Amino acid sequence: MTVTTALPSFDEAIATYEPVMGMEVHVELGTATKMFCGCSTAFGGEPNSQVCPVCLGLPGSLPVVNRTAVESAIRIGLALNCSIAEWCRFARKNYFYPDMPKNFQTSQYDEPIAFDGYLDITVDGETYRIGIERAHMEEDTGKSLHVGGATGRIHGASHSLLDYNRSGIPLIEIVTKPIEVPAAVAPAVARAYVTELRELIRALGVSEARMELGQLRCDANVSLRLPGDPYGTRTETKNVNSLRSVERAVTYEIRRQAAVISSGGTIVQETRHWHEDTGETTAGRVKEEAEDYRYFPEPDLVPVAPSREWVDELRGTLPEPPSERRARLQADWGFTDLEMRDVVNAGAVALVDATVAAGASAGGAKKWWLGEVARVANERGVALDDAGIAPGDVARVEALIAEGALNDKLARQVVEGVLAGEGTPDEVVAARGLVLVNDDAALGAAVDEAIAAQPDVAEKIRGGNLGAVGALIGAIMKATKGQADAKRARELILERLQS
Amino acid sequence: MNRLTRAKATELAAAIKGGEVSAVEVAQAHLDRIAEVDGTAEAGVHAFLHVDTDGALAAAAAVDRRRADGEELGPLAGVPLALKDVITTSDMPTTAGSKILEGWRPPYDATITQRMREAGIVILGKTNLDEFAMGSSTENSAFGVTRNPWDLTRIPGGSGGGSAAALAAFEAPLAIGTDTGGSIRQPAAVTGTVGVKPTYGGVSRYGLIACASSLDQAGPCARTVLDAALLHTVIAGHDPLDSTSIAQQVPDVVAAARRGAEGDLTGLRVGVVKELGGEGYQAGVEARFNDAVALLSKLGAEVVEVSCPHFAYGLAAYYLILPSEVSSNLARFDAMRYGLRVGDDGTRSAEEVMSLTRGQGFGAEAKRRIMLGTYALSSGYYDAYYGQAQKVRTLIARDFEAAFAQVDVLVSPTTPTTAFPIGEKVDDPLAMYMNDLCTIPSNLAGNASASFPAGLADEDGLPVGLHVMAPVMADDRLYLVGAAVEAAYAAQWGGTLLEQAPALEGIAP
Repeated sequence: MTVTTALPSFDEAIATYEPVMGMEVHVELGTATKMFCGCSTAFGGEPNSQVCPVCLGLPGSLPVVNRTAVESAIRIGLALNCSIAEWCRFARKNYFYPDMPKNFQTSQYDEPIAFDGYLDITVDGETYRIGIERAHMEEDTGKSLHVGGATGRIHGASHSLLDYNRSGIPLIEIVTKPIEVPAAVAPAVARAYVTELRELIRALGVSEARMELGQLRCDANVSLRLPGDPYGTRTETKNVNSLRSVERAVTYEIRRQAAVISSGGTIVQETRHWHEDTGETTAGRVKEEAEDYRYFPEPDLVPVAPSREWVDELRGTLPEPPSERRARLQADWGFTDLEMRDVVNAGAVALVDATVAAGASAGGAKKWWLGEVARVANERGVALDDAGIAPGDVARVEALIAEGALNDKLARQVVEGVLAGEGTPDEVVAARGLVLVNDDAALGAAVDEAIAAQPDVAEKIRGGNLGAVGALIGAIMKATKGQADAKRARELILERLQS
Repeated sequence: MNRLTRAKATELAAAIKGGEVSAVEVAQAHLDRIAEVDGTAEAGVHAFLHVDTDGALAAAAAVDRRRADGEELGPLAGVPLALKDVITTSDMPTTAGSKILEGWRPPYDATITQRMREAGIVILGKTNLDEFAMGSSTENSAFGVTRNPWDLTRIPGGSGGGSAAALAAFEAPLAIGTDTGGSIRQPAAVTGTVGVKPTYGGVSRYGLIACASSLDQAGPCARTVLDAALLHTVIAGHDPLDSTSIAQQVPDVVAAARRGAEGDLTGLRVGVVKELGGEGYQAGVEARFNDAVALLSKLGAEVVEVSCPHFAYGLAAYYLILPSEVSSNLARFDAMRYGLRVGDDGTRSAEEVMSLTRGQGFGAEAKRRIMLGTYALSSGYYDAYYGQAQKVRTLIARDFEAAFAQVDVLVSPTTPTTAFPIGEKVDDPLAMYMNDLCTIPSNLAGNASASFPAGLADEDGLPVGLHVMAPVMADDRLYLVGAAVEAAYAAQWGGTLLEQAPALEGIAP
C-alpha cells in the first residue's frame, strides 16, 4: 500500500497504538568449515572457489553435520538460558531459488536444538527480559548478483551471477517471543537486544558477529494494536544490518503502520525491505498465497542427540554474561553510568578491557577509543576493531604519556600515525621524530625567547597573575612545534619570573 | 560364446591372479559380447547407456601391471562390472535415466565407485534404468527400454533392468543395482540372477543419485551367490561422507556364502510370510515358491508360517513416503548449474527456464511422483498422508521385529508375476506398482533382503525369484540361505538357471 499522506511522528503514532515486535537474528558461525561439508568458510574468496559437490547440491552428494557448529549452537542456547533438546532433527525447507543449490534449505523446523530462553537487556537504566522462542541450526544460501539493473535488484537486471561460496555456511537463527515493552522505548529495546546479542555472541567466541559483513543479520517483525486488542498483522523488515538501522527501521515501521491503520487501511502480512539511505521500508514482492515450505525431516541426516554430559561440559565453557561483565567492569573502571553507556554504545567494552589489561588507565583507554579512534573509524566506515590500532598500541601510547615521553598533542599524532598504518607507536615516534622537549637547556631557551617576546605578559605574571602563564606556554608550544613538555615549561617560567 | 563371458567372477579373478588370462583379455571379451548383443534402444538387450571401452581396457591393463609388479590382487581384481547409471562416475556421464541429466559428467566418484576401482574391478559402462530409479520395467528410462535376455519382448524388471539384463545376457559377471522398493530384487527375479539389497546404511549412498533417501540402498548383483558376496564386501562398510551409513563391522557374507554352499541349513528357522502370496500371484510363481520352501525344509531348516499383518499397508505407505522425498530430492534439477536447460533465450526469467526445463526434462512417472509428493507434504495434508505413512512404516518395522523374534529369516516370492511383455503395464501405474508388493516392506523397515533364482514358471518358462528377508545387519543370513538353495538347485538342474536361457548370439547389427 502506498501512503501518500505524511507519516505521523513517532510520538503521535504511539499515542494511539502499541507496538509488538519480534526479532529474528541470523548469526553466521565462525567455524572453519561449512555446516555440512569440509569447504572453507573464509570470507572474500574468488567466487565459487570454496565449493564441493555437497554445498553445490550436486546429484548424489550427502550432508554430514559439522560437530563444531552443533557445539556453538548449544553454547548460544545455553547463554540465552534455553533448554537444549535431548533429541532433534534437521528438516528440509522446500522452495525454489537459484542461489539455493538443492532448492531446499536444510534447517530445523519443529525440533530446534535450543528453545525457551531469555536475554535481559537494559535501556535507560531499566531492565527488560526478552523471551527467546528458539535457536536453531541451518545452512546459508549462495549469493545472487543481479547484473544490469539499476539497483542491483533482480528487477530490471539483464542476468544474474551466482556465488556459492556462502552456500552451506552454518547459521544459527535466534527467534524471540513477542516483545511487548512500553511503546516509547520499543525501538531502543530492539536495538539494545541486538546489541546485547552481538556482545554475547562475541563473548562466546562463536562468531565475530560483524553486521557490516552479514555475519549477524536482523529481520524485524513489527505489528501495531490498540491497547487491549489481540496482536495486529505483522510485517517483517529484512536486511536491517546495523544497530542504528534496527532502531530506525522499527521506528519507521511503527509510524508507517500507524498511518495506514489511521487512514482506514489494513496492514498486509509481507516482507519489507529496509533502505538505509532514505530511512524507509518498502514492500517486498507481494505473495499471492502463503508460502508452503513443505517441511519434513531431513532423511539424509541422523538425529542430533547431545548427551547431557556434553551439554554440561559446554555449560562450563560459557563466558560471564555480558550484563554482569559490564557491571563488574564499570565498578573496576570507576565509570559513571553515562560513561559506561557511551562505551557500550560504541561497542568498545572489549577493546577498553583489553587496553586496560595491557596496562592503560580506564579513563585513558576510553578517551582514545571513543575519541580519535572512533573518529577515524567513522570516517572510514569501519568497526573500531578494524580501524587499524590494537589495544596494546593504545596502552603503549598511554605509557609513553605517563613516562613523560609524549604529551597529549604528540600522543594524538602517534595514534594518527598508527591508524594510518605507519607501524607501532614506537615506530611512529621514531619515524616522525616526535620527541617531547623537556630538557631544561633546550626548553629554557624557548622560555627565555617567549618572555623576551612578550614583556607585558611577563610583567603580569611577575605581578602575580598566574592566568597569564598560558599565553607564554602557547608561544613555547608553537616555537617547539608542540613538542615542549608543558608542565616543565610552566615550572621554568615561574622560576624565572617569581624568584 | 566366449568361455570368459560365461565364467563366474570368482573364476575370472582366479584365472587373472594365476596368469591364465590377462585382465585386458577378460575386459575385451566382455566388450565384444556387449558389441554383439547389446544393440540399441531399437533392438537388442540394450542394457547399457554408456560403454567405456577405453576406460575399461585401461583399468584392466592397470590390474595386469599390478600383477606383473608382484602386487597381491584383491579377490575381484580384473573382474568386469556393469554400473547402474544412477551412481556417479567422474570419467563417464551419469544420467539417472533422465533427459534432465543427459550429458552430465559428475566431477566426483561415488564412494562405491571409488571402492570398486580400488579393488581393481573393471567398470565396463553404465546401465539403463527407469528414470531416477522409478519404475519396475525400465520402460520409464528416457533412453529407451532394456529387453529381458530370456525373451526380448519382455521387460527385464526395474528400475535396475539394465544391470540385471547385463548379467543375464553374459555382458558382465557383476553389476551394481540400487533398491528403493525392489529395484535390485525384482529385476534379479525376472532375469534369473542374484540381487541383494543390503541393510539400509550397510552400503554408502554418497554418489547415489537419490530417489528416496530413506529407502535407497545400493547393492550387489551377480550370477552366483558367492560372486555377490565378494562384491558386497567390496562396497559395504561405514563411509564418513554418508551420515546414515552404519559404523559397524560388515557381516561376513563371504563366509556365509561358503558355509551355505555346503547345503546344510539344520537349525535355521524360516518364516513364510502369510500375507505375501495367494490372490494376484501367478500360479507358476507360487509353485516355484512352494518348491523352494520344500527345499529349505529338505536342507534342514525348520519352516513355519509367520504373519506380518501391516505388510498389507506397505504399498500405500511407500507411495506416500517415496514421492514426498522424491519431490524434494528432484527439486535440484532446475537447469541452473548442470544438465538440460530449456528456453534460456535471454527473454525468460530464471523461474520460466526452470519450469520449461523441468517440464521437458522429466518423464511422466517422475512428474507423477513429484506431484504426489508435493501434495502429500503440503500444509493441511502432511499429517493425513506423510505423517500416517510414517506410522505405518513403524508398524511394519515392528512386524519384522516380532517375526525375527521367532525366525531367522523370512521368505516370500520376490514378485507376484514373471516378466511381463513390454508395454503391457505402461498405462496402468497401479498394476506396475504391484510388482513391488513383496519387496517394499524391507525398504520401509531398512532390513536386508535378496532375491535368488528359484526356477522357471511352468506356464511361460520364465524365471521366478525366491525372496529372503533378514534382520538389520544380518545380511550374512541371506547369503547362507541363498548359497544353500543355489547349490541344491545346481545339482538338480545340472548348472545355474541362466544356463537354460536362450542364446543371444549375433542379435545386434
